[in-house]
Amino acid sequence: MSERTGEREVGRSRPRKEDARLVTGQTTWTDNIGVTGLLHLAILRSPMAHARIERVDVTPALERPGVVAAFTGRDFAELASLPCAWPVTEDIVLPGHPAVAVDEVRYAGDPVAVVVARDRYTAADALEAVEVDYEPLPPVLDLEAALANDASLVHADKGTNRCFVWPLATGERYETVRERADVVLRRRYHQQRLIPNAMEPRSVVVTPLATSGEYTVYSATQIPHVLRVMLAMVTGVPEHKLRVVAPDVGGGFGSKLQVYGEEVIALDLARRLGRPVKWTESRSEGYLATHHGRGQIQDIEVAATREGRLLGLKVDLLADMGAYLMLVTPGIPILGAFMYPAIYKMDAYDFTCTGVFTTRTPTDAYRGAGRPEATYAIERIMDELAVEVGLDPVELRRRNWIGHEEFPYTSISGLTYDSGNYEAATDKALALFGYDELRAEQAKRNESGDSVRLGIGVSTYTEMCGLAPSRVLRDLRYAAGGWEAASIRMLPTGKVEVVTGTSPHGQGHETCWSQIAADVLGVPFEDVEVVHGDTRSAPQGMDTYGSRSLVVGGAAVHHAAEKVVDKARKVAAHLLEADERDLEFTDGVFSVKGSPEERRTIQEVAFETFSSHDLPDGMEPTINAEHLLDPENFSYPHGTHLCAVEIDTETGRTSIRSYVCVDDVGKVINPVIVEGQVHGGLAQGIAQALYEEAVYDDEGNLVSGTMADYLVPGAPDLPEFTTDRTETPATSNPLGVKGVGEAGTIASTPAVVNAIVDALRPLGVHDVRMPCSPGRVWEALRSAQSDRSGWEGAERS
Amino acid sequence: MIPPAFEYTRPRSVEDAVRTLADAGEDAKVLAGGQSLLPLLRMRLAFPELVVDVGRIPGLRGVREEGEALVIGALTTHHDVIADPLVRRHAGLLAAAAATVADPAIRHRGTLGGSLAHADPGGDLPAVALALDAELVAVGPEGQRVVPAGEFFVDFLQTALRPDELLVEVRVPKTGESDGWGFHYEKFSRVAQAWAMVGVAALVRREDGHIAEARIGLTNMGSTPLRASAAEEALAGADPDGVARAAQSAAEGTRPAAEPGVSAEYRAQLARVLTRRSVLAAAGMG
Repeated sequence: MSERTGEREVGRSRPRKEDARLVTGQTTWTDNIGVTGLLHLAILRSPMAHARIERVDVTPALERPGVVAAFTGRDFAELASLPCAWPVTEDIVLPGHPAVAVDEVRYAGDPVAVVVARDRYTAADALEAVEVDYEPLPPVLDLEAALANDASLVHADKGTNRCFVWPLATGERYETVRERADVVLRRRYHQQRLIPNAMEPRSVVVTPLATSGEYTVYSATQIPHVLRVMLAMVTGVPEHKLRVVAPDVGGGFGSKLQVYGEEVIALDLARRLGRPVKWTESRSEGYLATHHGRGQIQDIEVAATREGRLLGLKVDLLADMGAYLMLVTPGIPILGAFMYPAIYKMDAYDFTCTGVFTTRTPTDAYRGAGRPEATYAIERIMDELAVEVGLDPVELRRRNWIGHEEFPYTSISGLTYDSGNYEAATDKALALFGYDELRAEQAKRNESGDSVRLGIGVSTYTEMCGLAPSRVLRDLRYAAGGWEAASIRMLPTGKVEVVTGTSPHGQGHETCWSQIAADVLGVPFEDVEVVHGDTRSAPQGMDTYGSRSLVVGGAAVHHAAEKVVDKARKVAAHLLEADERDLEFTDGVFSVKGSPEERRTIQEVAFETFSSHDLPDGMEPTINAEHLLDPENFSYPHGTHLCAVEIDTETGRTSIRSYVCVDDVGKVINPVIVEGQVHGGLAQGIAQALYEEAVYDDEGNLVSGTMADYLVPGAPDLPEFTTDRTETPATSNPLGVKGVGEAGTIASTPAVVNAIVDALRPLGVHDVRMPCSPGRVWEALRSAQSDRSGWEGAERS
Repeated sequence: MIPPAFEYTRPRSVEDAVRTLADAGEDAKVLAGGQSLLPLLRMRLAFPELVVDVGRIPGLRGVREEGEALVIGALTTHHDVIADPLVRRHAGLLAAAAATVADPAIRHRGTLGGSLAHADPGGDLPAVALALDAELVAVGPEGQRVVPAGEFFVDFLQTALRPDELLVEVRVPKTGESDGWGFHYEKFSRVAQAWAMVGVAALVRREDGHIAEARIGLTNMGSTPLRASAAEEALAGADPDGVARAAQSAAEGTRPAAEPGVSAEYRAQLARVLTRRSVLAAAGMG
C-alpha cells in the first residue's frame, strides 16, 4: 500500500484530474448518450413575442415519414406548472408556466408544439409542417411603460405586469440623512440583458424501464438533486422511481441552475411513449429558450458629506423577469439587494426592487446573479461621487470602507462580514498596477490633447456567496435549504471514494475534493475518487451554484473525513492495544506516542474493518462517515481591481491596456484552479462591459440571435491579466475558504466602465451605456461635443 | 441547427459541374469550403434542392504565374493563399487581408473563390479583389468568360455569375513591392473572429516620396464592396497631409447600412479614419 510523502495537498497547483476527458471530449456529454430505440424531440417555438394561438395543427407533421408523435400545449394539461422556488414576497404574482404554451405565447421562443421522430433530422424538418395561426398581441418590452395603468399585459388574468415589490430599509431613515448631506447624487444605470454561453448546449435524455416504472433522466444540468425533486412534483412520477444523472457537464454559469420545460416534456413523453427520448438544443435555439441574465434599470442615489463620507444610499430597481418566473427568477435581484452597500459604512440604506413581466425570454441566475448588478451601480456612483467632492476615487473608497480591525462587521444591509482586509488588497493592487505613474501619464496625455485617451478604473468589491445558511434562505422565502452533503467510503484496499452532493460542470471538484480528503485522511491524492452528479450514487445534495461548492460542499468533505479518522482511531487503538488518547495520527499513520514502531495505517484499518475479525466491542463494522453541513454564514470574498484603458477617440474603440486584480478568496485549495476561475470571471465581466448584449427589436424579436451577432469575446480580445491575492481566511468554515466562482465577474465590469468614463470625462462624457461598443463611445463623444462646430473626432496630432 | 433536406452531388470535373448546374437551374447551390453556405443552410436561410460540392474537382487549387498576373485557383484555401510565396511577393495585399479572415479553422477550409462568389459585402476579400483590379474567370455551358472584379459584385450576396456558371480562377495583376507598390488592409471588427464592421484595403504606388496611384477597396460600406473613387483621385500626388485630406472623402458615394449600435454616420466616420490609416501604412508614411 502506498503511503503519503508528507507534503500537504491543500495549496498545491495540482493539474486537474478531470481535464483529460473533458478537454478531449472522450466522455459522457449528455448528447453523446445513445440507447437502442432512442426517439428525438424537436420543439416548434413562437416566432412572435406575444400572440394568441388561434389554432395549432400537428397532423401534417404526423404524416411525415419517420415522425412518431406530435403534441401541442393541450396535450400536457396534466402536468403542473414549471416551478418557481423563490416567491420573494407573500403577495407575489405567480403566473402559471406551462412547458408548452396553450392559448398564448409570451416570448419569441415560447414552445408551441413538440414533434417526436426516429432521428433528429426528421424531427427538425417536420416542425415546418406544423400549422399555427397566431393573432398578434402587443409586445411588452419597456420596463417603465409596462408598469403604467394602461399597459398591455403579459398575463392578462393577473391584471398587472408588476410581479412584486420588495423593500428593505435599514439604519436611519434615508430621508433624514439626506437632509444633512452636503452632496446628493442620483444616477440611472442600465444592466443590459445577457445570454449565458456554456460551451455545452442544454441536452436531456430520458430512458424508461417499463417493467418497473422507473426513469433515468440524464441532463446537462447543474442541479441533479433539485431537478429530481422538482420533476417528481411537476410530472407526478414518484421520486423513488426517478434517477437523475448530470454526466460531465460543459459549463453552466447559472443557465443550468434550472428546471426547464424540455426536461419535463422529455420525461413525460418517455412515460407516454414508453421509449427513450432525447432533446438537444442548438445554439440559436438556446439563445431564445435558455434563460437570460441581468436586465435591470437601476436608479441609485447617494447622500454624502463634502469630505466624501457616505451617509446614505437609496436604490430603486426595476428587474425584468421576462415572461414567466422560472426556478429562482424573482430572487436574483434580491441577492443583489444586500450588496449595494458593498464594503462601505453608512447610516441609512433604502432599497426597493420591483419585478416586472415583459414579453421576453425569462431571466434567472447568470454568473454573479444580482451581485454584479449591485456592484456595478455602487462602484460606478462611487467614482461619480469622487469627482463631485474632488477626491481621487481610491481615496474616496478609503474614507468609507470598513477597516480591517473592525471585523466581524455587520453591514448596513444586515450581513455579518466575518473577515476582510480591504487596505491590504488595495495597496497591493495599486503597487502592481503602477497607479501613480499611470495617473501622471494620463494627465500628460489629457493636456496634450492626445486622440488616444487613457482612463483608469477601480472597483473595490465584496460579495456574498457560498449559498447559504438554510435559516437565512427561509427568511428570504426561498423554498429549499442551503446545506451540502459529503460521505466518505473507505474501500477495503485502502482506496477512498468521496461522495459529494455538489455537481461540478467544469470547476474541478474532483481534484479539489481529493486534495481536501487526502490531507485529512493522510492518503495519496491518487487514491481518492470523487463520485458526483448521480442521485443513485450520490443521493443527497444541493448542487452547484452561487460559489457554494467549496465553501459548503468542500467543507462537508473535510468534516466527513475527520469523522472517518475519529472512527479509525477507535479501531487502531483496539488493534494496537493502546488508549485512543495515546495515539498520534500523522500522514495517514496511527502510532502510539513514544513507540513509533507501534503503528497502523488508515488503509490497514480500512481492511481490518472490512474483515471485521477484530473490532472493538459494540462498534459497527465501518469507518465510513457522512456529514451534512449547513453553513453558519455566507462567505465574503473581496478584492481590488484596477483597469487601464486606451480609447481611440476617432473610432471609439476601447483597448484594455492593463488589468490588475488582487482578490482575497481566503485560503486556497488549488492555486491554478483559482487562477482559472479568476481569468474566466474577468472575461465574463469584461464581456458585459464591452461586448455582450441581448438586443431586441420593437416587436420583441431577439436580434442578437446567433454568435455572429452576440459577441462573446475570445482570448485575442482580452488583455493579459495580472492577478494576485491576499489571504484573509474566512472564519465561518474549517478550511478558511471563500467562494471564487463569481468574484471576477462581479468585480470587473465596473472597473472597465469606470476606466472608460475616466478617460472620456475631460471630453464631456459622464456615462456610456453597456456594452461600451466603439459605436456607442463615438456617439457619446459626438453628442458631448456637439456644441463645438464640425467635430469629427480629435485629429491625430 | 439542422439544414433542410437537400440532394447532394460531387462532380469530378468542371464540365461535369457546369452540366449539373445547368440541369438544376436556380435550385442548385455550389459548395466549396462550406464556410458561408453551411451556416445559411443550418439557419434555414437558404433552401437549395441540390448542393453541388465542387471541393474535389482537380486543378482548381494553387497559384501559378502567368506573365504579369498571378492565377489563383478558386478552391485555394485562405490558409494556402496566405502561405503562398508567389502571393506574398506579387499580391501581398491579398495575403494580408486573408490572414484577417475569421479564425484558423475557417481559414483552413474556406476558399478564395467561395469567398468572392458568396459576395458578402462584410467579407474581407471582395474589397481586396476590387482594389487589386482582379479578374474572375467563370466557366459555363458556352465556355469560359472573364469578369472584371468591378463588374462582378452586383448586390448583397449577388454576383455576375449565372446559375450555370462556376468560378474557376482569379487573376490578379502583380503589385509587387519591387515595383513600388505598398499595401495594407485595415480591418475594424468588434471581436477577433467577427466580420469587419468596416475594412479598408489600400494599395498604393509611391514615387519620389508621394503617392502616384492609390486604389482603395471598402468592406461593408454598402450592399457590395466598393472602391473609394473620390479618395483615390484626391490621393494622386499626396504627401502625408494630403492623405489626411483625401481620406475625408472616403465615404463619398457609399451607402453603409445601420444596425443596432452601429449608425451609418459611424460607419462613414470609420471609413474616413481607416482609409487615412490604411493609406499611410501602405505608403510607409504612418
